[in-house]
Amino acid sequence: MPAAALENHVWDAHELLSREELQALQLKRLRECVERVSNVPFYKKAFAAAGVSAKQIRSLDDLRRLPFTTKQDLRENYPFGFLAVPREEIARIHGSSGTTGKPTIVAYTRHDLETWANLCARFLVAGGVRPGHLVHVAFGYGLFTGGFGLHAGIEKVGAAVIPAASGNTPRHIMLLHDLEPDVLVCTPSYALNIAEVAEQEGVDPRSFKLCLGHFGAEPWTEDMRREIETRLGILAFDNYGLSEVIGPGVSGECMYRCGMHIQEDHFLVECLDPETLEPVADGERGELVFTTLTKEAMPLIRYRTRDIASLNHAPCPCGRSGVRMSRVVGRTDDMLIIRGVNVFPSQIEEALLRVEGTAPQYVIEIDRPGTLDEAIVRVEIRPQDFSDKMSQMQALRERIQHEIASITGVRMHVELVDPMTLERSVGKAKRVIDHRKEKLQG
Amino acid sequence: MKTKQISVFLENRPGQLSIPCRALAEAGINILTLSLADTQQFGILRLIVKDWQKAVQVLKDAGCVLNVTDVIAIEVPDRPGGMATILEVLERAQLNIEYMYAFTFRRGDKAVVVFRFDELDKAIEVLQTNGINVVGSVELYDMYEN
Repeated sequence: MPAAALENHVWDAHELLSREELQALQLKRLRECVERVSNVPFYKKAFAAAGVSAKQIRSLDDLRRLPFTTKQDLRENYPFGFLAVPREEIARIHGSSGTTGKPTIVAYTRHDLETWANLCARFLVAGGVRPGHLVHVAFGYGLFTGGFGLHAGIEKVGAAVIPAASGNTPRHIMLLHDLEPDVLVCTPSYALNIAEVAEQEGVDPRSFKLCLGHFGAEPWTEDMRREIETRLGILAFDNYGLSEVIGPGVSGECMYRCGMHIQEDHFLVECLDPETLEPVADGERGELVFTTLTKEAMPLIRYRTRDIASLNHAPCPCGRSGVRMSRVVGRTDDMLIIRGVNVFPSQIEEALLRVEGTAPQYVIEIDRPGTLDEAIVRVEIRPQDFSDKMSQMQALRERIQHEIASITGVRMHVELVDPMTLERSVGKAKRVIDHRKEKLQG
Repeated sequence: MKTKQISVFLENRPGQLSIPCRALAEAGINILTLSLADTQQFGILRLIVKDWQKAVQVLKDAGCVLNVTDVIAIEVPDRPGGMATILEVLERAQLNIEYMYAFTFRRGDKAVVVFRFDELDKAIEVLQTNGINVVGSVELYDMYEN
């Protein structure tokens, strides 16, 4: 199904507000939000330290007077320190997996859940999902917001859900084949994994009746989108969210697929230089910072996502007024510094896809054996690219090495490995092994 | 005239070579000859076996990445200058040899050597015109068994 065949349906009239109407609504909601969080001990203290109060918010520019909130602040106030409502008003708890042990807990009131479902419905409809569709959800159902968030959005639209959840790829293939769903929802790397495993089992993934895919929860590239679309025979849409802000539904693509519309009537966005914390211009990369305008249970002021992307305020032909964000090109904390150069794992992926005949499955391993950093990129070879000629195999390896060097500016050592030997993600892909960190942590 | 060769991708890790060899052993498939091309990063194992279709299945089941290519087995006089004469013929015809390796057995006073060419049909024609014997696969397997 070509994108042009989609009709531009809009789920919620709020998506079409003029910029003036939108900004008036944002200001009203920002004041209410600051009022609501004024009793949260963390903000009470932070506002006092910054010398600001709700009364001083007279324009949207006054947002910059407010303090930031970081992941570390959430950790220090684990689990319920950021609640802005009594415990009894909480309807649901979710959380993000914590790399340091404890998850980050987020909470929703009944009204928050209603808002969330509506926001997911908006991007699903923008990306072609209609009442009557059957939607296969291969996201985890649990503390992770992906499964339950999308599930509620799909039901809101009036489509049907297969809550297949994550893991057990052969079972997904059976369900995709037998139940013939129209839409697939999962992480982009898991969509590729489904295609791979199906091909191995002798099932042509293009024979599924799927026509659309809504993928999110991890960074991916335009090349990866093309590969997913070709191998599964679908149109693939990107969406973005993070549990601290609400989960999926913060932004999503419309049928024009030229950036994800941020749902600005609910989330005030800033794009800041992560070092100076000054705003960057449209089109320039910066860290996304969100203020949750309408959340009741756990509103956050200027939450630093650590996600690196750019914004585009130009009008979109679909008519939605929400500013468009680019794909997340990296995270401030995923950013690798190799021999002094900033490198994002997404750049390695881009390089691999440029080299014809390489599946985008790789692991980058970094070490510092002496005084200099050394990076090894292990890339899975696809059976159809294997040749008995050494010259051809060497050329493939060198092309990959060259592309990585030209995109990242860093020479890395490339090793070809057997297919399906690198770890596949059900949730998020583990692409980086940094031995330097292990050494530092002892 | 052509013989099937199986090539297997080997990661640069200890024990990688034994995976295909053990798989073939367990299936009772004998390796007639082999060659190993390696770099610091990876290796390519090239094999000639009689029942190559079965070997392909066995290796695939063992998780090996492989491909099958046509090669030719040429009789080379086993005396000083035997190989040089054949190489001169190939050179005159501007045929590029991708790689070559020998069989462990002889046929009378001749050695048998595997050649991989891009222009395989042209190579066969040139060799035969120059009176050099290209051994067919059936003949080859028989030779081995006797």
